[in-house]
Amino acid sequence: MKVEEICSVLNGELVCGSDKPNREVTHAFASDLMSDVLTVSCNNLLLITGLANLQTIRTAEMSDIDCILFVRNKSVTTEMKLLAEELGMTLIKCPSTMFRASGELYRAGMKPLF
Amino acid sequence: MAISFEYKVTGGDFTHAGYASSQVKKMLKQLGVDSTVIKRVVVCLYEAEVNIVAHAWDGVINVELDTDIIFMKLTDNGPGIANIGQAMQKGFSTASPEVREMGFGAGMGLPNISANADNFVIKSKPGVGTILEITINLNSAAV
Repeated sequence: MKVEEICSVLNGELVCGSDKPNREVTHAFASDLMSDVLTVSCNNLLLITGLANLQTIRTAEMSDIDCILFVRNKSVTTEMKLLAEELGMTLIKCPSTMFRASGELYRAGMKPLF
Repeated sequence: MAISFEYKVTGGDFTHAGYASSQVKKMLKQLGVDSTVIKRVVVCLYEAEVNIVAHAWDGVINVELDTDIIFMKLTDNGPGIANIGQAMQKGFSTASPEVREMGFGAGMGLPNISANADNFVIKSKPGVGTILEITINLNSAAV
Protein backbone atom coordinates (compact mmCIF):
# COMPACT_ATOMS: atom_id res chain seq x y z
CA MET A 1 0.00 0.00 0.00
CA LYS A 2 1.34 3.43 -0.91
CA VAL A 3 1.88 6.15 1.67
CA GLU A 4 -0.67 8.40 0.00
CA GLU A 5 -3.26 5.60 0.20
CA ILE A 6 -2.60 5.21 3.94
CA CYS A 7 -3.18 8.95 4.38
CA SER A 8 -6.37 8.72 2.35
CA VAL A 9 -7.80 5.73 4.28
CA LEU A 10 -7.08 7.26 7.68
CA ASN A 11 -7.50 10.96 6.94
CA GLY A 12 -3.83 11.15 7.82
CA GLU A 13 -1.29 13.90 7.43
CA LEU A 14 2.11 13.30 5.90
CA VAL A 15 4.44 15.15 8.27
CA CYS A 16 7.75 13.93 6.89
CA GLY A 17 8.70 12.38 3.56
CA SER A 18 6.27 14.28 1.34
CA ASP A 19 8.76 13.80 -1.49
CA LYS A 20 8.01 10.06 -1.44
CA PRO A 21 4.17 9.73 -1.57
CA ASN A 22 4.59 6.56 -3.64
CA ARG A 23 6.71 4.79 -1.04
CA GLU A 24 5.14 1.40 -0.52
CA VAL A 25 4.69 -0.76 2.57
CA THR A 26 3.25 -4.27 2.49
CA HIS A 27 2.98 -5.24 6.17
CA ALA A 28 2.16 -3.42 9.40
CA PHE A 29 3.03 -3.93 13.04
CA ALA A 30 1.32 -2.02 15.85
CA SER A 31 3.02 -1.46 19.19
CA ASP A 32 3.87 1.18 21.77
CA LEU A 33 6.62 -1.03 23.17
CA MET A 34 9.89 -0.37 21.37
CA SER A 35 11.58 -3.58 22.58
CA ASP A 36 8.77 -5.47 20.82
CA VAL A 37 9.43 -3.53 17.64
CA LEU A 38 13.09 -4.54 17.82
CA THR A 39 12.11 -8.21 17.67
CA VAL A 40 10.35 -8.00 14.31
CA SER A 41 12.02 -8.56 10.99
CA CYS A 42 10.34 -7.62 7.73
CA ASN A 43 11.05 -5.45 4.73
CA ASN A 44 8.65 -2.66 3.74
CA LEU A 45 7.07 -2.56 7.18
CA LEU A 46 4.79 0.14 8.56
CA LEU A 47 5.10 0.79 12.30
CA ILE A 48 1.79 1.90 13.84
CA THR A 49 2.36 3.49 17.24
CA GLY A 50 1.04 5.95 19.76
CA LEU A 51 4.49 6.49 21.21
CA ALA A 52 5.82 9.76 19.87
CA ASN A 53 9.36 10.56 20.94
CA LEU A 54 12.90 10.45 19.57
CA GLN A 55 13.32 6.82 20.60
CA THR A 56 10.45 5.84 18.28
CA ILE A 57 12.50 7.18 15.37
CA ARG A 58 15.72 5.57 16.68
CA THR A 59 13.96 2.21 17.15
CA ALA A 60 12.62 2.35 13.59
CA GLU A 61 16.13 3.14 12.37
CA MET A 62 17.57 0.10 14.15
CA SER A 63 14.73 -2.09 12.84
CA ASP A 64 15.08 -0.93 9.21
CA ILE A 65 11.58 0.53 9.30
CA ASP A 66 11.19 3.48 6.92
CA CYS A 67 7.57 4.38 7.56
CA ILE A 68 5.85 5.25 10.86
CA LEU A 69 2.18 6.01 11.45
CA PHE A 70 1.45 7.93 14.65
CA VAL A 71 -2.08 7.39 15.90
CA ARG A 72 -4.26 9.31 18.38
CA ASN A 73 -3.11 12.64 16.87
CA LYS A 74 0.24 12.42 18.58
CA SER A 75 2.51 15.39 17.95
CA VAL A 76 5.68 14.92 15.98
CA THR A 77 8.32 17.22 17.48
CA THR A 78 10.82 19.20 15.42
CA GLU A 79 13.65 16.99 16.74
CA MET A 80 11.79 13.85 15.65
CA LYS A 81 11.12 15.32 12.23
CA LEU A 82 14.75 16.40 11.74
CA LEU A 83 16.06 12.95 12.66
CA ALA A 84 13.49 11.24 10.43
CA GLU A 85 14.43 13.54 7.53
CA GLU A 86 18.11 12.74 8.04
CA LEU A 87 17.27 9.03 7.91
CA GLY A 88 14.97 9.36 4.90
CA MET A 89 11.89 8.18 6.78
CA THR A 90 8.22 8.79 6.16
CA LEU A 91 6.11 9.97 9.11
CA ILE A 92 2.32 10.06 9.02
CA LYS A 93 -0.06 11.14 11.78
CA CYS A 94 -3.76 10.44 12.03
CA PRO A 95 -6.54 11.09 14.52
CA SER A 96 -7.66 7.44 14.80
CA THR A 97 -6.98 5.14 17.73
CA MET A 98 -4.47 2.36 17.16
CA PHE A 99 -7.34 -0.16 17.00
CA ARG A 100 -9.28 1.79 14.38
CA ALA A 101 -6.22 2.63 12.30
CA SER A 102 -5.13 -1.02 12.30
CA GLY A 103 -8.65 -2.18 11.39
CA GLU A 104 -9.06 0.31 8.55
CA LEU A 105 -5.66 -0.54 7.08
CA TYR A 106 -6.31 -4.28 7.37
CA ARG A 107 -9.64 -3.82 5.56
CA ALA A 108 -7.82 -1.85 2.85
CA GLY A 109 -5.40 -4.73 2.25
CA MET A 110 -2.48 -4.16 4.60
CA LYS A 111 -1.00 -7.47 5.72
CA PRO A 112 -0.22 -8.38 9.33
CA LEU A 113 3.24 -9.68 10.17
CA PHE A 114 1.96 -12.95 11.58
CA MET B 1 43.45 -5.18 11.52
CA ALA B 2 40.88 -4.21 14.12
CA ILE B 3 39.33 -0.74 14.33
CA SER B 4 38.24 0.58 17.74
CA PHE B 5 35.62 3.13 18.67
CA GLU B 6 34.55 4.57 22.00
CA TYR B 7 31.30 6.31 22.82
CA LYS B 8 30.29 7.90 26.11
CA VAL B 9 26.73 7.49 27.38
CA THR B 10 25.02 9.68 29.96
CA GLY B 11 22.40 8.20 32.26
CA GLY B 12 18.92 9.68 31.79
CA ASP B 13 19.81 11.34 28.46
CA PHE B 14 17.10 9.89 26.23
CA THR B 15 17.66 12.62 23.65
CA HIS B 16 20.97 11.08 22.62
CA ALA B 17 20.19 7.43 23.38
CA GLY B 18 20.84 5.44 20.25
CA TYR B 19 23.52 7.74 18.83
CA ALA B 20 26.32 5.18 19.21
CA SER B 21 24.15 2.42 17.74
CA SER B 22 23.29 4.67 14.81
CA GLN B 23 26.97 5.40 14.15
CA VAL B 24 27.88 1.71 14.27
CA LYS B 25 25.01 0.87 11.93
CA LYS B 26 26.18 3.48 9.38
CA MET B 27 29.74 2.14 9.58
CA LEU B 28 28.70 -1.49 9.05
CA LYS B 29 26.53 -0.47 6.09
CA GLN B 30 29.47 1.36 4.52
CA LEU B 31 31.57 -1.77 4.97
CA GLY B 32 28.95 -3.81 3.12
CA VAL B 33 28.09 -6.14 6.02
CA ASP B 34 24.99 -8.29 5.44
CA SER B 35 21.83 -6.41 6.50
CA THR B 36 20.58 -9.31 8.66
CA VAL B 37 23.84 -9.27 10.62
CA ILE B 38 23.75 -5.47 10.92
CA LYS B 39 20.28 -5.71 12.40
CA ARG B 40 21.43 -8.23 15.01
CA VAL B 41 24.38 -6.00 15.93
CA VAL B 42 22.35 -2.83 16.29
CA VAL B 43 19.48 -4.48 18.19
CA CYS B 44 22.03 -5.74 20.74
CA LEU B 45 23.87 -2.44 20.92
CA TYR B 46 20.77 -0.27 21.03
CA GLU B 47 19.10 -2.31 23.79
CA ALA B 48 22.35 -2.19 25.78
CA GLU B 49 22.80 1.53 25.14
CA VAL B 50 19.22 2.25 26.25
CA ASN B 51 19.85 0.14 29.36
CA ILE B 52 22.72 2.45 30.38
CA VAL B 53 20.58 5.54 29.76
CA ALA B 54 17.65 3.97 31.63
CA HIS B 55 19.42 2.48 34.62
CA ALA B 56 22.98 3.80 35.08
CA TRP B 57 24.62 7.12 35.89
CA ASP B 58 27.00 6.98 32.98
CA GLY B 59 28.82 4.49 30.83
CA VAL B 60 31.25 3.81 28.02
CA ILE B 61 30.75 1.76 24.88
CA ASN B 62 33.83 0.20 23.32
CA VAL B 63 33.45 -1.31 19.88
CA GLU B 64 36.17 -3.40 18.26
CA LEU B 65 35.61 -4.27 14.66
CA ASP B 66 37.69 -6.83 12.82
CA THR B 67 37.22 -8.36 9.37
CA ASP B 68 34.88 -11.13 10.54
CA ILE B 69 33.81 -10.21 14.06
CA ILE B 70 32.45 -7.31 16.10
CA PHE B 71 33.03 -7.11 19.85
CA MET B 72 31.09 -4.59 21.91
CA LYS B 73 31.80 -3.91 25.56
CA LEU B 74 29.46 -1.67 27.53
CA THR B 75 30.69 -0.64 30.97
CA ASP B 76 28.50 1.45 33.23
CA ASN B 77 28.66 3.09 36.62
CA GLY B 78 25.32 2.43 38.18
CA PRO B 79 23.23 0.45 40.63
CA GLY B 80 24.24 -2.88 39.09
CA ILE B 81 22.06 -5.98 38.93
CA ALA B 82 21.54 -7.98 42.11
CA ASN B 83 20.16 -11.09 40.42
CA ILE B 84 21.32 -11.55 36.82
CA GLY B 85 19.25 -14.72 36.34
CA GLN B 86 16.10 -12.79 37.22
CA ALA B 87 17.11 -9.85 34.98
CA MET B 88 17.52 -12.24 32.04
CA GLN B 89 13.92 -13.43 32.33
CA LYS B 90 11.48 -11.93 29.83
CA GLY B 91 9.17 -9.47 31.57
CA PHE B 92 11.34 -8.72 34.59
CA SER B 93 12.29 -5.05 34.89
CA THR B 94 13.15 -2.45 37.52
CA ALA B 95 12.66 0.43 35.07
CA SER B 96 11.13 3.69 36.24
CA PRO B 97 7.79 4.99 34.90
CA GLU B 98 9.80 7.58 32.90
CA VAL B 99 11.70 4.80 31.12
CA ARG B 100 8.45 2.96 30.38
CA GLU B 101 7.06 6.17 28.88
CA MET B 102 9.95 6.06 26.41
CA GLY B 103 8.74 2.66 25.17
CA PHE B 104 11.19 0.51 27.10
CA GLY B 105 11.35 -1.12 30.53
CA ALA B 106 9.22 -4.16 29.76
CA GLY B 107 11.94 -6.62 30.66
CA MET B 108 12.87 -7.51 27.08
CA GLY B 109 16.22 -5.79 26.64
CA LEU B 110 18.60 -8.42 27.98
CA PRO B 111 16.64 -11.35 26.44
CA ASN B 112 16.68 -9.47 23.09
CA ILE B 113 20.46 -9.08 23.35
CA SER B 114 20.89 -12.74 24.26
CA ALA B 115 18.73 -13.82 21.30
CA ASN B 116 20.76 -11.80 18.77
CA ALA B 117 24.32 -12.22 20.04
CA ASP B 118 26.67 -15.07 19.13
CA ASN B 119 28.23 -14.66 22.54
CA PHE B 120 26.88 -12.61 25.44
CA VAL B 121 28.52 -12.17 28.82
CA ILE B 122 27.07 -10.06 31.61
CA LYS B 123 28.86 -9.20 34.84
CA SER B 124 27.52 -6.95 37.54
CA LYS B 125 28.35 -5.70 40.99
CA PRO B 126 25.47 -4.13 42.94
CA GLY B 127 26.22 -0.52 43.78
CA VAL B 128 29.10 -0.37 41.31
CA GLY B 129 27.89 -1.14 37.81
CA THR B 130 27.41 -3.60 35.00
CA ILE B 131 29.56 -4.83 32.12
CA LEU B 132 28.07 -6.35 28.98
CA GLU B 133 30.27 -8.11 26.42
CA ILE B 134 28.58 -8.87 23.12
CA THR B 135 30.23 -10.67 20.22
CA ILE B 136 28.73 -11.18 16.78
CA ASN B 137 30.29 -13.02 13.87
CA LEU B 138 29.90 -10.78 10.84
CA ASN B 139 29.90 -13.69 8.40
CA SER B 140 26.89 -15.57 9.79
CA ALA B 141 23.37 -14.36 9.17
CA ALA B 142 21.71 -16.71 11.66
CA VAL B 143 22.35 -16.98 15.40
